[in-house]
Amino acid sequence: MEKRFKVSYFLNFLGVLAVFFLFVLLFENNAFGRSTQYIKGISTTACYTIIMVASLNLVVGCMGEFSLGHAGFVSVGAYASAIVSNGLTGKGLPDIALFLVALLAGGIAAGLTGVLVGIPALRLRGDYLAIVTIAFAEIIRVLFCNLSITGGGKTMSGIIKLSNFYWSFWIMVVCITVMYMYVRSRFGRTVKAIREDYIAASASGINVTYYKVLTFTVAAFFAGIGGGVYAHYMTAMIPTNFNFMYSAELLSEVIIGGIGSITGSIIGAAFLSSLPEMMRQFSQYRMLAYSVVLVLVMIFKPGGIFGAWEFSLIRVCERLTGRKGGWEKNRKKTEGGV
Amino acid sequence: MTGTEETMPVLRAQNLGIQFGGLKAVDSFNLEIGESELVGLIGPNGAGKTTVFNLITGVYKPTEGSFYLNGQSMNGKKTHQIVEAGIARTFQNIRLFKKMTVIDNVKAAMSAKLSYNLFHAVFRTPSYWKQEEELTKRAEELLQIVHLNGKEDYEAGNLPYGEQRRLEIARALATDMKLLLLDEPAAGMNPTETEELLEIINYIRDEFKISVLLIEHDMSLVMKICERISVLDFGTTIASGTPEEIANHPKVIEAYLGKDDEEVEKDA
Repeated sequence: MEKRFKVSYFLNFLGVLAVFFLFVLLFENNAFGRSTQYIKGISTTACYTIIMVASLNLVVGCMGEFSLGHAGFVSVGAYASAIVSNGLTGKGLPDIALFLVALLAGGIAAGLTGVLVGIPALRLRGDYLAIVTIAFAEIIRVLFCNLSITGGGKTMSGIIKLSNFYWSFWIMVVCITVMYMYVRSRFGRTVKAIREDYIAASASGINVTYYKVLTFTVAAFFAGIGGGVYAHYMTAMIPTNFNFMYSAELLSEVIIGGIGSITGSIIGAAFLSSLPEMMRQFSQYRMLAYSVVLVLVMIFKPGGIFGAWEFSLIRVCERLTGRKGGWEKNRKKTEGGV
Repeated sequence: MTGTEETMPVLRAQNLGIQFGGLKAVDSFNLEIGESELVGLIGPNGAGKTTVFNLITGVYKPTEGSFYLNGQSMNGKKTHQIVEAGIARTFQNIRLFKKMTVIDNVKAAMSAKLSYNLFHAVFRTPSYWKQEEELTKRAEELLQIVHLNGKEDYEAGNLPYGEQRRLEIARALATDMKLLLLDEPAAGMNPTETEELLEIINYIRDEFKISVLLIEHDMSLVMKICERISVLDFGTTIASGTPEEIANHPKVIEAYLGKDDEEVEKDA
């Protein structure tokens, strides 16, 4: 069994490399002419949005709880990483090290916030939890509007520009991989059991609170990293960027992409974050379009476009080469399908 | 019954009781279950049987009395701690992880006990592979016991009713318990399925050396497999003893069938 997964990991790595070099080829050869730089920017936006949406999908899809305050974690991560990188610039650190340290700081700050919010909030379920998470994001926003270290409601500018597409791409790949490994392990399995029936889960010896808070924290951590990439791409930000609409946008991307599907999060986030950029002139109607799409998805495909389906490179290869049989049959046994 | 040697009962409930507002749902419930003993808990609807289960599994906190597992007090412990200590249960209204596969249902119950941490999970270390491999093997064994082998990859919610009940038993077994609480395991089963269930219960009792406390309305099943029976009515224990004693106990007959006209007149 193990062997097949190792083959699968290797194949996936090759796939990611191929995608990466495709982008490099396109961008370095100015394939889009004068708009190459612009498209590169959009792709960077897509990268950090994917991280944020996939992390929200851990809460919404895997844990089955609605969080409407994900922008709060994103903003904690963004500000924390910006403060750290501002403090460390000119200390002789190479750019990439500075970037990684800043991102890690952003992630850890958001993760800690996740623990603090999660312990009281996750006693609630459903609508009540959603309300508490909205409140949390609002508190963070108001707090950052009043703290001097975050610019006190003014734009925090002059953040060193560290995010470029290539780094953002690999950071996204690492984040997605870690989240995928988390979901396909005992942690994901227990959290999914809690989602299905929390009474039965606790009667099966699962410490419901612990695993919920853990998952919430992991999600917050990656939201923070996404925020860090955002901050070092935008180089300027204001706390009101991370308002309720931003959370709602992330949530609708999760739902449209597919609740519980990382593939769905990637495709959904990539499309929905680049679409409004492509159609700049209509950008004020973006939320309107989102809501219409959301309603349509809810009516025709309640589980999202991809549902809980995951793309698997090895399955594609096996289908192409006709090597199905034993491997395919035993697929779910070791790792457990989503 | 060991006779000469004093052994510690697996479960000892002492004056266990719970009050919801003005209602005493269970009042001074006493029960001792010895090692690999099979005890039945019967009583008319609403007698408080499931409440007793909820007390013993920590879903409700007892308002009076206490209970012990192998001499260890379980009062005030949370459900998952009690499960860890060795009490597992099934539910009257089946509670499976419906959207997960059959084997994942069993694996989920074992997953909390695994020792590999986030680091092992993320980097897929040898320790991850080893533990997951063992987990799968063990889960397959348990499914074999409840005759669900070959259905590993089915979605649990799509199984027929009787198989869902058996899967619940497998999931409970996965927690490595010493005491198994079965809440109406034969409800909704046809006679053949009940017969099969009986075999399974007997088999796991012998195989795993566990004690079983069984709530059941199917009297033929209860009389056939239980060594001792406790009868609850309106939250109080009205009788306990061997199946024969219970079957002829006047109070039990009264609780189930009511009094004769003559007796009612006599009492009046």
